[in-house]
Amino acid sequence: MNSCVITFPGSNCNRDMDVALKKFGFKNKMVWHDAVELPKSDLVVLPGGFSYGDYLRCGSIASKSKIMKSVLNFAKGGGKVMGICNGFQILVEAGLLPGVLLRNKYLEFICKNVFIKINKKDNSYFKDITKNTLEFHIAHNEGNYFCSKEQFKEIEDNNQIALFYSDKSGNVNEENNPNGSIKNIAGIFNKEKNILGMMPHPERMIDSALSGEDGSIFFKHLINNLR
Amino acid sequence: MMVNEKIAIDHGLKKDEYKKICDLLKRVPNITELGIFSAMWNEHCSYKSSRLHLKNLPTKGKHVIQGPGENAGVIDIGDDEAIVFKIESHNHPSFIEPYQGAATGVGGIMRDVFTMGARPIANLNSIHFGSPQNKKTKNLLRGVVRGIGGYGNCMGVPTIAGQTSFDESYNGNILVNAMTLGLVKKDKIFYSKAAGLGKPVIYVGSKTGRDGIHGASMASASFDDKIEEKKPTVQVGDPFTEKLLLEACLELMAGDSIIAIQDMGAAGLTSSSIEMASKGNLGIEINLNMVPCRETKMTPYEIMLSESQERMLIVLENGKEDLAKKIFDKWNLDFAVIGKTTKSKKIELYFDKTKVADIPINILVENSPMYDRKWKKAKLPKKVKIEKEQFKNLKIVNVLNKILSNPNVCSKEWIWQQYDHTVMGDTIQKPGGDAGVVRIHGSSKAIAASVDSSAVYCWAHPLSGGKQIVCESWRNLISVGAKPIAITNCLNFGSPENQENMGEFVECVQGLGEASLYLDFPVVSGNVSFYNQTKDVGIKPTPAIGGVGLIANYKNMVTMDLKKTGDILLVIGKTEGHLDQSLFSRDILNEKNGPPPEINLFNEKNNGETVLKLIEKNFIKAAHDVSLGGIITALSKMCIKGKKGAILKKPIYLINKFEYFFGEDQGRYIIEIDKDNLQDVIKILSENTVHFDELGSVNDDNLIIDDKSKVSIDDLIKSHTTWLTNYMSK
Repeated sequence: MNSCVITFPGSNCNRDMDVALKKFGFKNKMVWHDAVELPKSDLVVLPGGFSYGDYLRCGSIASKSKIMKSVLNFAKGGGKVMGICNGFQILVEAGLLPGVLLRNKYLEFICKNVFIKINKKDNSYFKDITKNTLEFHIAHNEGNYFCSKEQFKEIEDNNQIALFYSDKSGNVNEENNPNGSIKNIAGIFNKEKNILGMMPHPERMIDSALSGEDGSIFFKHLINNLR
Repeated sequence: MMVNEKIAIDHGLKKDEYKKICDLLKRVPNITELGIFSAMWNEHCSYKSSRLHLKNLPTKGKHVIQGPGENAGVIDIGDDEAIVFKIESHNHPSFIEPYQGAATGVGGIMRDVFTMGARPIANLNSIHFGSPQNKKTKNLLRGVVRGIGGYGNCMGVPTIAGQTSFDESYNGNILVNAMTLGLVKKDKIFYSKAAGLGKPVIYVGSKTGRDGIHGASMASASFDDKIEEKKPTVQVGDPFTEKLLLEACLELMAGDSIIAIQDMGAAGLTSSSIEMASKGNLGIEINLNMVPCRETKMTPYEIMLSESQERMLIVLENGKEDLAKKIFDKWNLDFAVIGKTTKSKKIELYFDKTKVADIPINILVENSPMYDRKWKKAKLPKKVKIEKEQFKNLKIVNVLNKILSNPNVCSKEWIWQQYDHTVMGDTIQKPGGDAGVVRIHGSSKAIAASVDSSAVYCWAHPLSGGKQIVCESWRNLISVGAKPIAITNCLNFGSPENQENMGEFVECVQGLGEASLYLDFPVVSGNVSFYNQTKDVGIKPTPAIGGVGLIANYKNMVTMDLKKTGDILLVIGKTEGHLDQSLFSRDILNEKNGPPPEINLFNEKNNGETVLKLIEKNFIKAAHDVSLGGIITALSKMCIKGKKGAILKKPIYLINKFEYFFGEDQGRYIIEIDKDNLQDVIKILSENTVHFDELGSVNDDNLIIDDKSKVSIDDLIKSHTTWLTNYMSK
């Protein structure tokens, strides 16, 4: 399986993602933001970080980068595109995913382990994962997912909600909502479910010496599902 | 403008210093030159009050590649790899403007590290605020934490450990010390010594603006009522540009184009250009019209004294300009050839085709003032006699809960959750433990780092206090299973012109020198921050020590959380029940007098090395050093982390249980071991003549202190975790 990770000026989880993808068998390439074409890929990843410093709305400048034209075409043709953290913000700004990511409810950057409940498994990202909740890691200042009532109805009707923040046993409630996201949303798909955006970082959970191994479960299934 | 004595004094120079400048130059300096002198000769850059004493610190050791005098210290960690690290203060700016002050402190120290060719792999910080009741404290804390996070998070470097304290002596002068560790290949370390004639001098990074002019001079003076007016001297940080600068510099460093490189920190272009030339025993010529400026009509004076952030000065090999420019263009950064090295041994500045400064470099550097300030020796305070009456109404569980929720003991999770501590995917011990630990990417090695200070002990008796912090740093590293290698120090003191404050400095430095020599734990870098005071009142002396240690195989790392019910708990080191200057005496008995605990360097070394032996043999399942709040506080933290309880044995030789549980004797650790290994462990301890006591054993949900005192882990957690969050949300 071939993958590539787009690096924008200010990306800072690009190496971590590269390490994770390679660890689970992807042949990964790094792509600089001003490249015109994507290498042959089964998966394109937009990593976390602070693209262009995020001095404007997070992800907005990156969404206009040169390479994004190719990413858009790739996605529209059904290619798998995954955005983590800042990558999620970029996908939203690029119009590939609905909604926006606002500043965290308590206006503070937040870095900690969280549990997420997998909402739908009928897609290439979470298919065949036996667990219903995973322990991932979040590290963001703007992860407060928001959308209009109409949009929410639409994404719910289309089963576009990928992940909820929850407790260990999968209870979704206000207590386990770290950033104020509407309905505890931690990640969403596009209608066709080839594009996934999520705030949590699976790439930081790929080793028991780090925080845990649930990221490994995710990547192992991801490569199998893409095969 | 004609320069005169008054203008010189307005620049922070003393009368006789101004006279010395005129004598050395054999003329009156012009305003640009005066600015340069004031920048080079202030306390912050010249170390004029501290140099004499700092030279006594032990700085050599078998792991030391580079000691003090460069941008940062460098230590060998084997396999052709080295760790570059340093701690630095940004106290004054952070009090004036907490967000930017703290942010640029973090930015500055990271630049010091990557200037040497190292990729930063971990950040730490030591931050100290006034009393929680002080009306400024909350906003300063919030601003500083956001600033540290804002910069470090954006850079993508994990903040893995830190220290926060509150004390009324910081009411008018907070402390913000930032530390960075970087990883470099041993043959790819870059230094700031220029070499060769006619080599191009290159300016890269951000443009120069009018921010931070005289920042270093501001940091060399005391605060008065007019501090608000000093806001323009605080720099403004741009972590995004620094991230680009980091990547661009490392890309250029992969080749062989660079002769010398120096970041523009305090005193900007002035100190960076002069330092590079001075170290190379060369001259330097700069055309100031070539310096990229952010604002129009900047004068030579302003260009030379600006402390705009995210800038570097590089001496390049001839003919490498195009190659270098291409890299900086890729990263969208300014790149300008602004001058060249010369044989004149002078700094010569040109602006609009006129020479605007012409100063022999040795005058600025070697002839800079050095003072042997008067200082007062501190007496060891007499031991306080505590009356039995004072203990009578105290209940041990109440006291414990009170101590666990004390601002200086309670959980600082509210702070470190705002720092990205897991980016780079190698953080194997997060903040909240004895030390932060990061793996060396792709290897089995790991680096542990901790930052410590004990202002109360240093205030009570500077010599003992100085020794104590080095020992505490050493213990924190050992507690995670790391072999301590070297330290960096950030020496925060009041005015050197005050004999008591100067005495505190001299004796703390002496103490830390003695301890670091004895423990073979040399000082490889550091920074001095004087004038931490408002009006005439200095802060408590606060030397902060950043310790770095190596774990050969990260699988042997130890954490403090209790692991298994039934395991045995031992206290390593002798408990004498020293209460003077303990948290218990100060906060519960309200007794602020007496000497700090005594330091026995022999025991310290022997106990620490023996604990390391036990760790190497895999006997230790959890370890934690005993510090503020004594045994019971240390144990409670182990309980809280592991969500386990403990059953304690009756102390066999100290009748007063408050002395036993809350005394702050040094050189101690609590360790958890498997019952089956007890005899083997005792054998090793005895062979090494290490004193130990059996504290008790691990239990399920309760900490059972004696038949009358019992507390649930949930209650301990509550006491420990609520204070700071509540305080900040009010």
